[in-house]
Amino acid sequence: MRLLATARDWMDERFHWAELAAPLKKKTVPLHKLSPWYFLGGITLFLFGIQVCTGILLLLYYHPGANEAFESVQYIMTRVQFGWLVRSIHSWAANLMILSAFAHMFSVVFLRAYRKPRELTWVSGMLLLFLAMGFGFSGYLLPWNTLAFFATKVGTEITGQVPVVGHAMMVFLRGGEDVTGATLTRFFGFHVAVLPGITVLLVLVHLALVQYFGMSVPPGVEKRWEAHPAEARQMSFFPNFFLRELMAWYIALGVLGALAAILPWDLGTKADPFAPAPAGIRPEWYFMFMFQTLKKIPAKLWFVDGEVVGILVFGAAGALWLLLPFFDQVGRGRGRRFILGAGLFALSYILAMTAYGYLAK
Amino acid sequence: MDTLRNSARCIAFCLPLFLFLCARPASAQTQNTCLECHGSLDPPLQVTAEQFARDIHAQKGLTCAACHGGDPTQLSMDAMSKSAGFRGKIQRNQIPELCGRCHADSEFMRKYDPSLRTDQLAQYKTSVHGQRLAHGDTRVAVCVDCHGVHDLRAVRDTRSKVNPLNVAETCSRCHSNAEYMKAYGIPTDQFFKYSTSVHHEAMVVRGDLSAPTCTTCHGNHGAAPPGVGSVKNVCSTCHVFQSQMFEKSSHKAAFQAAGLPGCVVCHSNHRVVHPSDAMLATGPGAVCSRCHNPGDKCDRATATLLRTLTGLDGAIKDADQELAVAESSGMEVSEARLAQDQARDSLTKARVTIHSFRKELVDQDIQAGLIIAAKNLQAGKDALRERDYRRVGLGVSVLAILIVLLGLRAYIRLIEQNPKSSSEVSS
Repeated sequence: MRLLATARDWMDERFHWAELAAPLKKKTVPLHKLSPWYFLGGITLFLFGIQVCTGILLLLYYHPGANEAFESVQYIMTRVQFGWLVRSIHSWAANLMILSAFAHMFSVVFLRAYRKPRELTWVSGMLLLFLAMGFGFSGYLLPWNTLAFFATKVGTEITGQVPVVGHAMMVFLRGGEDVTGATLTRFFGFHVAVLPGITVLLVLVHLALVQYFGMSVPPGVEKRWEAHPAEARQMSFFPNFFLRELMAWYIALGVLGALAAILPWDLGTKADPFAPAPAGIRPEWYFMFMFQTLKKIPAKLWFVDGEVVGILVFGAAGALWLLLPFFDQVGRGRGRRFILGAGLFALSYILAMTAYGYLAK
Repeated sequence: MDTLRNSARCIAFCLPLFLFLCARPASAQTQNTCLECHGSLDPPLQVTAEQFARDIHAQKGLTCAACHGGDPTQLSMDAMSKSAGFRGKIQRNQIPELCGRCHADSEFMRKYDPSLRTDQLAQYKTSVHGQRLAHGDTRVAVCVDCHGVHDLRAVRDTRSKVNPLNVAETCSRCHSNAEYMKAYGIPTDQFFKYSTSVHHEAMVVRGDLSAPTCTTCHGNHGAAPPGVGSVKNVCSTCHVFQSQMFEKSSHKAAFQAAGLPGCVVCHSNHRVVHPSDAMLATGPGAVCSRCHNPGDKCDRATATLLRTLTGLDGAIKDADQELAVAESSGMEVSEARLAQDQARDSLTKARVTIHSFRKELVDQDIQAGLIIAAKNLQAGKDALRERDYRRVGLGVSVLAILIVLLGLRAYIRLIEQNPKSSSEVSS
């Protein structure tokens, strides 16, 4: 402890550490019965950190290339000390990260945390969710196994259906007309360089905005506190809230470790571009609701291709969702009710279509 | 001038008439009035337009007249007059020659299918069917019995009676008919036996058209039973290695001396069932004990061979089981799984080498397989040990996480008991 105090003094003498840490000490978190929802953003951030660390470790052995990718992942899982653990944690953490990001997003919608002045916090968060899905899509192909190969083929084919720019986008994603080794190296580049670079910048922006505006108080609680200021409660962020967040991270770590040890992430069989597509091709679970919708949409809607209509509707819905906070002040509470309805509809639609996708034969 | 004008008028009138007359015979060739009457007659004279439309000859533009003669362009009975070249019903003994008129004419057949053989008639004459027909036996098979008549399809058509998938059934129509075959004194259980064979299973169940059917061994147009000396050659067209091994074995000379035909002695002819290691044993499926006495030198050698084969088979199964358990526990054992195929290949090779009846050759394959199977078994055991290690590791980690959580909880309580650093701050 003395050594720690000496180090702190040493830093303080040179960098005025105490002054730098002062805002952190002043930072508070509203304390009410819905406070636990605040943990979700932190858990997502923690899982992103895990992704960065395990991703760097995987990079030490992974070879991007149609002839070596599968074998290198197999090598990581069978020969490298704790390689299986690192790879399984990377795969499980990716899924848990997107799950917690979705939960964080819906908690923000239902607690109306997006409202003025936090509109840009919402937009940066949504962009981060899109990036996380991009991470998932690009990372899914990297082991170069059969399921991932054909799912990528289907996924990029859907991109090709976008009117006007679709084909160019598909060729850009694939690095040619077909999914080949060129697609793999391209996806690898997106996954380890392009997406992480943009994500880190956006995470910093998102955190800065959270720091600047502070935590949002749910409207009901806020109204009560305004009426009875004596009831308003705040908790210091450091160390009180931070220690609680740390507990949540530890629980997430325990869940992650248990999943990796009991259900190690399957590698499957090596992709064979000349083999027929196996039955039961499906994307990662977070794309399932869109995949299932496009699968069930009629081939022709009036005179337009059904799949194109589906893609356009999802595109428009995504754009509206991104701009959700800007509808909050529309009308006398109409915008608010619209957002609540849209949130409930989106949540039930995603849950129902995902379940349908997994249960339907 | 008048002469010139008259000539022009004459050409103007005659040219269309000439062109009409020239064109008429070409369209008449495909006109087939026979079906108009025969379509409504009762069998066996009935041939409907739908039935004939399925016939490969009709599809190539031939009419009834190509075989039966006559003039199909006439609607009256004159169509079947002698003067129109009508031949009527073709006698059975004339059918091969009639078909051969076109099918043995390479020049003619080239116009329709240049790749089609034209030696069917010549081959047929060498067959038992052809020779008996030449001696006046009209009950033997002629072209139409196998290929059908009036709705004859191309061989490659899976609905054709002579498509590989249907050949055995076509042959069985006569050869399984005990009454019909009575006069020839040959067995009638070939189809029954064949239908229980591994060859039938490959052909019908797996749809493997390269699997043997009646004509593969007996020939088609030149159909004759393979003699004792040629049975081995029939089997060796597919089972090359087994044949080579048998050639090197001591059994070859022994079989020849005893007048035994080779492969079929142990494997049977029509009922070729899945070979199994039990053929070397002394149980119901055993074949060695049919000739060898219990306890003799060969019997002891066979017992050793059986022991090594079942040993390798057991070793492969043990490794498979261990790897399956490891795989179901989520362990990555695909390399060992793949290597299991090499062990299985060694077992298959050893079973082929059995045909040499030389223990040292069989042992080489067995040993190679045993080494691979042992390695894979070890890989399975290692994977399960690793799984247990991971679970212990997980238990320790969860315990450590729990301790940290409890520590954090205690620390939070501790600092929040102190009024200076209480969790709540005034807003």
